[in-house]
Amino acid sequence: MKITIDRDRCCGAGQCVLAAPDVFDQDDEEGLVVVLEESPAPEHHQAVREAASVCPTATIEVTE
Amino acid sequence: MSVVVVGASAAGFATAEGLRRNGYDGALTLVGAEPELPYDRPPLSKQVLTGQWDAERIRLCGQDKATELGLDLRLGTPAAGLDTAARRVSLADGTELPYEQLVLATGVGPRPLPGTEGLRGVRMLRSLEDSLALRAELRPGTRLVVIGAGFLGTEIAAAARTMDAEVWLVEPEPVPLGIAVGAEVGEFVAGLHRERGVHLRTGPGAAVRDFKANAGQVEAVVLDDGTELRCDLVVVAIGSVPSTGWLAGSGLTLGDGIQCDSRCSAAPGVYAAGDVASWFHEHAGVRVRLEHRTNATEQGLYVARALLGQAGEPFTPVPYFWSDQYDTKLTAFGLLRGADEIRVVEGSIAEGAFVALYRKGSRLTGVLGVRRAKSVRQWRALLAAGSGWDEALADSPQ
Repeated sequence: MKITIDRDRCCGAGQCVLAAPDVFDQDDEEGLVVVLEESPAPEHHQAVREAASVCPTATIEVTE
Repeated sequence: MSVVVVGASAAGFATAEGLRRNGYDGALTLVGAEPELPYDRPPLSKQVLTGQWDAERIRLCGQDKATELGLDLRLGTPAAGLDTAARRVSLADGTELPYEQLVLATGVGPRPLPGTEGLRGVRMLRSLEDSLALRAELRPGTRLVVIGAGFLGTEIAAAARTMDAEVWLVEPEPVPLGIAVGAEVGEFVAGLHRERGVHLRTGPGAAVRDFKANAGQVEAVVLDDGTELRCDLVVVAIGSVPSTGWLAGSGLTLGDGIQCDSRCSAAPGVYAAGDVASWFHEHAGVRVRLEHRTNATEQGLYVARALLGQAGEPFTPVPYFWSDQYDTKLTAFGLLRGADEIRVVEGSIAEGAFVALYRKGSRLTGVLGVRRAKSVRQWRALLAAGSGWDEALADSPQ
């Protein structure tokens, strides 16, 4: 699994961090998404798919 | 089963995508009033307006994706009527669409300002077309009056200033965004605009009394205190109206939007999602209608599950919104309107980096931050838990 993000789209809602806290974080100031693991381990895949689906601005793209 | 989704913007598209993701493989029709494939609206007052992004960048769904999702797209055809007894939607072009389950996601339209009908140079901003048209008219030195300092008005003012337009922002409330975020934060936003050279006129004297025109082209906005603001262009951003006119006589309860129960259902087999949906939020204990981008997605995904009998719990999101004002992003969770108290618990408004909590009665109802986005999220759990105010202050996550 590979995660790509379009950071300019991010609105800082942090939904991805709630869904997959081991894979996503937010920067301190604007709260924009930070990817901790671009190729996350299999145990995180379901959470990452969930994060991508709940992202309100379609910032996260997942290729499997 | 057959599902018709009326409204092809964020909420409608999220519903359609959610249905497929959750295993729905029946007929799925997506009806849109605009001729456009689903796109994202927040950039219309920001990156699209300034020309930073082109129209393609804001697509939520291309033709490929629509095909992949098996969507029967009916674009450029507004819905015109609903017969819930016969379970049939009629479109403006005369098409009749039968459905077994219906989702209403028609959003809102801009609230027009009486007296501006037929005046050239007066615009509103809701659609991609609106944004591109406004962008084409904004040049360095263009004299622009923005009427209304809510989220849309302030963001348009900010975008226009970065394009070197001369901007007046007029608002009869005491401060910009005051109703949405309270006076203290509103004053902070006022400061951001003043620093960038926006001519800010607020308070009752700044209510719009009249317009002056020459051969149908607007020339000046006249305020209640008698001030005449000479201008080339006016943008009216005084709020919005739920797009429910076509539902008159449908038997649905229409108040401020389409009234739904706590599971977003408006009638048997009829759901609503996004800006147009008013539903009873069981945790907040109030009826809520949100015009937040994030809610459009969340509610659309919820309705998709509800349609398939997978929703379980009522829809009780912790609302989230953000606003970009120049290089400053405001982020907030919860319901901020009508707060009894706003308390800064981290940083300070004066230094432009803070977290503020909102209290209504004895409950914590919202949190807003500037340059403290991560801290803001840490309060979300307390909002989700329905925390009391005293308890929230004592259990401060910091």
